[in-house]
Amino acid sequence: MTTAAPSLPQDEVELRRTRHLHPTQWRNPEPASRYHLVVIGAGPAGVAAARAAAAAGARVALLERAQIGGTSLNTGCVPSKALIRTARLCADLRDAARYGARVSDETAPPDFGRAMERMRRIRARLADDDSARRLVASGIDLFFGEARFAGTDCLRVDGTMLHFAKALIATGARPNIPAIPGLVETGYLTHENIFDLTTLPPRMLVIGGGPLGCEMAQAFCRLGAKVTLVQDRPLFLPREERDAAQLLSDALARDGIAIRLNNRITAVRGQGETRFVEMVSDNYHSTVEVDAILTGIGHVANVDGLDLERAEVECNRASGVRVDDFLRTSNPRIYAAGDVCMEHKYAHAAAAAARLAVSNALFRGSERLSRLVIPWCTFTDPEIAHVGLYVREANRRGIPVKTYTVPMHEIDRAVIDSEREGFAKIHVQDHTDRILGATVVARNAGDMINGLTLAMESGLGLRRLERVIHAYPTQAEVIRAATDAYRASRLTERVRARLTRWLDKT
Amino acid sequence: MSEKYSATPASAAAGRPSLDALDDESLLDRLQRAACDYFTQAGNPHNGLMADTSREGSPSSIAVTGFALSCYPVAVERGWMSRAEALQRSLAALRFFRASEQSDRPDATGYKGFYYHFLDMHTGGRTWTCELSMIDTAMLIAGMLTAREYFDTDAAAERDVRELADEIYLRVDWHWAQDGKSTIRQGWKPECGFLHYGWDGYNEAIVLYALAAGSPAHAITDECYRAWTLTYQWENLYGHDFLYAGPLFVHHYSHAWIDFRGIRDRFMHEKRCDYFENSRRAALVQREYARRNPNGFAGYGESCWGLSACDGPSVGRLDASGEPHRLFGYSARGVPYGPDDGTVSAPAVLASLPFEPQLALQGLRHMLAQYPEMLSGDRLAASFNPSLADSHGRPWVSDGHYGLDQGIVAMMIENHRSGLPWRLMRRNPWLVRGLRRAGFRGGWLENVAPETSR
Ligand SMILES: Cc1cc2nc3c(=O)[nH]c(=O)nc-3n(C[C@H](O)[C@H](O)[C@H](O)COP(=O)(O)OP(=O)(O)OC[C@H]3O[C@@H](n4cnc5c(N)ncnc54)[C@H](O)[C@@H]3O)c2cc1C
Repeated sequence: MTTAAPSLPQDEVELRRTRHLHPTQWRNPEPASRYHLVVIGAGPAGVAAARAAAAAGARVALLERAQIGGTSLNTGCVPSKALIRTARLCADLRDAARYGARVSDETAPPDFGRAMERMRRIRARLADDDSARRLVASGIDLFFGEARFAGTDCLRVDGTMLHFAKALIATGARPNIPAIPGLVETGYLTHENIFDLTTLPPRMLVIGGGPLGCEMAQAFCRLGAKVTLVQDRPLFLPREERDAAQLLSDALARDGIAIRLNNRITAVRGQGETRFVEMVSDNYHSTVEVDAILTGIGHVANVDGLDLERAEVECNRASGVRVDDFLRTSNPRIYAAGDVCMEHKYAHAAAAAARLAVSNALFRGSERLSRLVIPWCTFTDPEIAHVGLYVREANRRGIPVKTYTVPMHEIDRAVIDSEREGFAKIHVQDHTDRILGATVVARNAGDMINGLTLAMESGLGLRRLERVIHAYPTQAEVIRAATDAYRASRLTERVRARLTRWLDKT
Repeated sequence: MSEKYSATPASAAAGRPSLDALDDESLLDRLQRAACDYFTQAGNPHNGLMADTSREGSPSSIAVTGFALSCYPVAVERGWMSRAEALQRSLAALRFFRASEQSDRPDATGYKGFYYHFLDMHTGGRTWTCELSMIDTAMLIAGMLTAREYFDTDAAAERDVRELADEIYLRVDWHWAQDGKSTIRQGWKPECGFLHYGWDGYNEAIVLYALAAGSPAHAITDECYRAWTLTYQWENLYGHDFLYAGPLFVHHYSHAWIDFRGIRDRFMHEKRCDYFENSRRAALVQREYARRNPNGFAGYGESCWGLSACDGPSVGRLDASGEPHRLFGYSARGVPYGPDDGTVSAPAVLASLPFEPQLALQGLRHMLAQYPEMLSGDRLAASFNPSLADSHGRPWVSDGHYGLDQGIVAMMIENHRSGLPWRLMRRNPWLVRGLRRAGFRGGWLENVAPETSR
């Protein structure tokens, strides 16, 4: 065992967060004889479900064993994006001269301690929104403690039995630790404790090139660490399309990250404070020396200790709680939403699914998860955002696809900002204007994907989208450029000839 | 053994008219001859193996050897080589591969009928610890099959060519190369088994899939080709609809052997296009990219384009604005996402000749006039980079010559001039069978006997 796990400073900021998210003197309420809905887990899914049910007048209990806000607020979206903001600024400062701006000392390293402090302050500030007090004020019975099913219609929390008409499992997921010999012995970081760091590890190795691995590798590199990013596949973000993954790989390399694609880690050894990570690519063996390892490839559903068998809820280790398209588990009283059961693990997806589950559970709705149009974004620089189908999915389903591609270098604002890297690809059903999906790679792709999501959700095709006027100059004009391309390609020779004839007459 | 296989071109014959004074036909003739000559200079006559590049100590590349085999018939027809010499050279290669070691030993020449990407020029064994390469094997085999079709007389030696080519083709275990998956793997090493490089999307592999589907002995599964085409993306870029692939060479390599005019698979049928037309559009997209020149590189324009897999500068220099210029060395440059460091490939432009004769020639003439340094002894360098000019304004130019460039240039000029390589391969029964199994229909495919076999 090498270094001890990082420990979070117990300052005023952290006390404030605890006060909001898990007050130390908390006393669970007297339970109602039977709840319309019991929600297990107070992450984005659980909170959204409890609020929706309470707003509709249902008697609802919300159970949380740790902190309200779940992964998203405490160890996920919020802290990571706060750090990424600082990291992006560091990269901009490094680029300052190119823009004719000047920084007094370009070589001064970022102040990691301050960056983490800022992140903690922001996290505590956002904790206020979903604080215990506010949830109770909105009519929710909030229980702290470990939940455990006692039967098909009841569960126990902190020694108290709760009976329910319906229940929602929203217990999220935790990082999966790869079975690498020596990893456990030498110690590693996951998203659960990396945000507790107060000093920057000088050399860091990130295992796994999915969204979290790429985001954190780039952030820590920009904050001054020497980062190696190891991925056992040929490209990062295997789910995204090849061009997006390739552009990201180029961007990460440009930042100075040592990229190890197609590398499998075989062992980790510790010696003093140093860790030696051994890997193999085809038949080339190599060893990288680092001070810290960040891991957590993939997720495992948080179901241990829930006694799901007693509730007759089926579950499997790889994909979590088994649900149908209505988010109902094998027990018709019990639903699930969020990371515990969904393939796409995002806060907004968890919340949207939870609302859908509440409507199905309490109000006999028949809404389908597959009908939701859910975008997502990897917050690297450039960002990689996607909504809807990928081309390969459409191909597999036999839907003919045509993609309108606009490189960002075609967009004035991207040129003005010197942010020419990236593209928008809008996939439409061939010979129609129906949008099937889109991928945007751009510095602020996450913001840009929302317009396309809006279009898809409201059934606007490229023809209608063409009429949307975009403010000039904005990077979102890339969408207008795609509709222009659509119009140009629709204007067949025949139509053009007819237009010319008409013009000649006037 | 210390024979050197150098491919330094015979110094440009003095007194010949300069290239820009020549009409198109004579210009192409000169360039094509110099390209073909690479194969008489860079080969080992004993085993028929061809050097990957003209650089000192270069190993042999099996793909370049495949190009060599395809270019001998061209050289014969053009009167640059006797039929006897071409036969001799082709037999040397075929006999070598037929007798070479096929086993899972790390220094063998091949395994399961496939061959290692790079072989020792002398011993013919695997060099470095390179991979058993499926696509490069396909190009080698395509060369052998070209020879099989060309040497069609009853002379014993010519019959030998045909028998050897068939034997070598028939023993390739294409099905094994699927490794139980839906598509063909790209490589294999005795040290670690199949390699997993992401090989999604359209690329130069149609010739591989067609040959693999045509084998009566070890064909890929029925769904294999279709599974690969499911990774295609049909895109509208710069006003052109096309089956997208970034690097220009992707739109050429399979086309060196396969006449795609008028024949269509299911994908192209749906898109009302064909692979020939698609390569034409790819050239237009490349040219449009260079015209727009998003990164502002020197020289780029309507007559200076061609981003492809090629050599490039790797040692950093500052550009005019004092910014360090990122350089990518040998890499697969592509449009529109690069990587782009200002390096373009004239051979890639010339290889677009059959698809866009006028634009390719116009581009080539312009580049030759502006950057004569990229031509030595009538042979095109792999690439040049006008953004990295020396104090005399001369561009960076890739050292020596690459066999792949010379091969594709010689073949595509011939396909443009006479269509000889296409014509030869149109009658190859294995290719015809493979194209049909892959779902190609129409055009010349309808006019060949269903299962021509000698
Ligand atoms: C580093 C990182 C960055 C991320 N960035 C983004 C991003 O930018 N955008 C985005 O959309 N998503 C992001 N995510 C993913 C996002 O955080 C999750 O998808 C989201 O938190 C899932 O919400 P959830 O409610 O399903 O589960 P969680 O947020 O995990 O909440 C589950 C809750 O259930 C509680 N619980 C578990 N078991 C029990 C039990 N037996 N009894 C009582 N309570 C229990 C847990 O304590 C937890 O509070 C990120 C994740 C990480 C790790």
